[in-house]
Amino acid sequence: MKRVMTCIECPKGCRLEVEADGSRLISVSGETCERGPAYARQEIEAPMRTLTTSVLTRGLELKMLPVRSSKPIPKGKLFAAMDAVKLITVAAPVSAGTVVVPDFLGLGVDLVACRGLGKP
Amino acid sequence: MAAALAARAAGVEDVLLLERDQHLGGILNQCIHPGFGLHHFKAELTGPEYADRFVRLVKEDRGIEVSLRSFAVRLTKDKELSYLRPGALEEVKARSVILATGCRERTREMIQVPGSRPAGIYPAGLAQKMVNIEGWIPGREAVIIGSGDIGLIMARRMALEGVAVKAVIEIQKTSRGLVRNVVQCLEDFGIPLYFQHRVSMIRGRDRVEKVDVVKVDDGLKDIPGSGFGITCDTVLVSVGLIPENELLEMAGAEIDRRTNTPVAPGVNLTSIPGVFACGNACKVYDLVDWVTRDSELAGKMAAKYLGKQ
Amino acid sequence: MTADVIIVGAGVTGAAIARELSRYKLKILILEKEAEPAFGVSKSNSGIVHAGTQNPPSSVKGWLCVEGNRLLREEIAEDLGLNFVQCGQLVVIFDLADLPELEKIKKEGEELGVKGLELVDRAWLDAKEPNLGPEVKAALLAPSAGIISPYRFVYALVENAVKNGAELKTSRKVSAIRRPAGGGFEVVAGGEVFRARFLVNAAGLYADEVSALAGAPTFKITPRRGEEYLLDKKREHLTEHIIFPLPSKTSKGILIIKTSDGNPMIGPTANDVEDREDLSTSDEGLAEVLAGARRMVPSISKDDIIAYFAGLRPVSGKDFVIRHEDSAPGLVNAAGIQSPGLTSAPAIAVMVAGILKEHGLKLEPKEEFHRLRPRPVHLFQVPPEETRRLIEKNPAYGDIVCRCELVSAQEIREALKRGARTLDGVKFRTRAQAGRCHGGFCTTRIMKIMQEELGFPVKALTKRGAGSELVKAERK
Repeated sequence: MKRVMTCIECPKGCRLEVEADGSRLISVSGETCERGPAYARQEIEAPMRTLTTSVLTRGLELKMLPVRSSKPIPKGKLFAAMDAVKLITVAAPVSAGTVVVPDFLGLGVDLVACRGLGKP
Repeated sequence: MAAALAARAAGVEDVLLLERDQHLGGILNQCIHPGFGLHHFKAELTGPEYADRFVRLVKEDRGIEVSLRSFAVRLTKDKELSYLRPGALEEVKARSVILATGCRERTREMIQVPGSRPAGIYPAGLAQKMVNIEGWIPGREAVIIGSGDIGLIMARRMALEGVAVKAVIEIQKTSRGLVRNVVQCLEDFGIPLYFQHRVSMIRGRDRVEKVDVVKVDDGLKDIPGSGFGITCDTVLVSVGLIPENELLEMAGAEIDRRTNTPVAPGVNLTSIPGVFACGNACKVYDLVDWVTRDSELAGKMAAKYLGKQ
Repeated sequence: MTADVIIVGAGVTGAAIARELSRYKLKILILEKEAEPAFGVSKSNSGIVHAGTQNPPSSVKGWLCVEGNRLLREEIAEDLGLNFVQCGQLVVIFDLADLPELEKIKKEGEELGVKGLELVDRAWLDAKEPNLGPEVKAALLAPSAGIISPYRFVYALVENAVKNGAELKTSRKVSAIRRPAGGGFEVVAGGEVFRARFLVNAAGLYADEVSALAGAPTFKITPRRGEEYLLDKKREHLTEHIIFPLPSKTSKGILIIKTSDGNPMIGPTANDVEDREDLSTSDEGLAEVLAGARRMVPSISKDDIIAYFAGLRPVSGKDFVIRHEDSAPGLVNAAGIQSPGLTSAPAIAVMVAGILKEHGLKLEPKEEFHRLRPRPVHLFQVPPEETRRLIEKNPAYGDIVCRCELVSAQEIREALKRGARTLDGVKFRTRAQAGRCHGGFCTTRIMKIMQEELGFPVKALTKRGAGSELVKAERK
């Protein structure tokens, strides 16, 4: 089956023409860099997204700490991940890159802080 | 921050960096989504990560004095600047001034959406601040007016927080935002995007209850009989940005009344020699990477104006 | 509880009456159905202190307006620390054939006691109002007109009345009124019963219902909707006077109004409606207002508009309904107070006090009446040296919350201490969120200050009272 998809690897948003059979990629065209075909393959086989959200803090200078998954996680796991995120509280000062939760939900990715936060 | 660092690198010895907020970084701090820095840092960063890289450099630089919670109230063409901060009204005379004051959001009022004025109508950026900085979820069912990037990003953010985002309504034929955001913010979450539609009425006395939506033709005129209603308790408005140049205007610089940008022959320039406007105050950019690039240029231009290198 | 007088409604009429009665040794209770005073009709008032022209000389509102104007100008604005600006008004004509109409207005105004009326020609207008369009041919100048902030006027009246012992209870919608055999009234409001010998009805759009509940179904209120459009402060000097066209049968027409905060306003429309809660604006209203305003000042553009709203005027026939109802002894109505109600309020208050006295209320002056109310600080009105002094005294004046209108954290806290309970209440008192960004930058900060000062959780914060909660859930 042929379909058109928009590559979301960068803000350029290239239009890819993709031929696939179920979750098997057959061909890709329309990309302007090597990330296009890789994105198309991933999107057909197992779509992945980076999770960015924020977690609650206790005793730090801001109420919420922005966090991200260190690598993309399966798109289908986003809501399960959000449920888990809502249970996290960070109480110790962090800097950008500090691992907040290692191996988040056993997905093989870490949840890391996106900024530094100290005590007020 | 980029302008301050670039000015320093070009030989300016004494830079005062004024920031209204209690933290450096401006609006990047609430833009917790990824998509920043692919050009400038060759890495996909979130807004706070992007800001953090500059904050570290600024803090290390002894030639940059940072004054937080500082609010400029007056600027003259002779570069006299007054600012308020908790406990003091300060006055400073500079040899060159760079305004990196960013944008404000266009509001519901500016596009004149008719109807009542209940709680639950927020500029998308305000909703972003509520959710990302304060952890407040503004509503349960939302409709978004305008398909600007902030609106698209907030559609995803609200959906992730469990809010039913019922529709994005765009009066034009195409999205004002990046295509990738339409894909990863709307399509991923099954949020419908109505092109060539407008919200013709907001209803509800105390809190938003419903919006009326109508299809428009190529001349933006309503198509009779095409109307329908969407029940919701929240309306987010994402209909563009306006450069904040009121200080520059106060200083007597010429401002284009339509775009609120400085009237000048080139990027970063204003009609007052030695006063520069950079980043989104100069013009509305779509990527922060380009803001950084041109702001660094503004820093160099200020240095050159001061006779450095 | 038992009071001497219960006043229903804390709009400008009720507030002025409360303040007037608080001069005397009386127990006064004000019941307001909304979360704060001024949230009904008064909130959408344009703030014009009318000179008193354009009212029939035989009407009650005719002389009340002239007298109210005098009281405001000469006493009340100063006493209550209000920023009254006497800018004057112009009634303009587009055709010299209408000159006799202007002369008639002048003559009628003079009969009512309006001072300083003067016909001015195009040359005068060119000198004083250069932005007027070529269609304008001549005008009637009324120098005693001015502008005031309508809600800050109401807050000042209420605060001063409370300072003088009156009691204010908000979120108390009157649901029943009984008249016990021994006389007086039992008023049920918000589930509580309040008793008083006299009842003053200043219930605005609901005054007919309140009067009927008290046993005097003697009039009907028809809401007349008016849409107003506020322009950017940058256009402050669009005109130097309030500009009226010649009045029509139903309204004074589309005006160009100066406001005490600097933003010019254009409007209002005038449409009789059924729904007493319909505060919506419309595409048609916008078109009508723009066309009307541009006829007088052609340079007004749609892009100048930064805000808009609709208000409902409580109309009952052509005149105000201010009287004792003999069918319900002790009930005094102050109803149908449409334009020029804000201007007239101080005079209405004196008139109502007189009616109460006539019907047996003893008005014995207090030994000490606190006539003055300290002027609240508004940084945007303060010169730099004064700002410096304020900040040195209290650092929080240097902590700016609202960037568009220059409002500090300290002003927000003071507004909350003076009685603001809602986001709109903070806005009306301080102007925070009233500028060009509409609170895009400052709303969360204001909400945090409200949490600190009021001790409310964020989910309990409202825009303007129960039902208008701002946030539905909180991560905590």
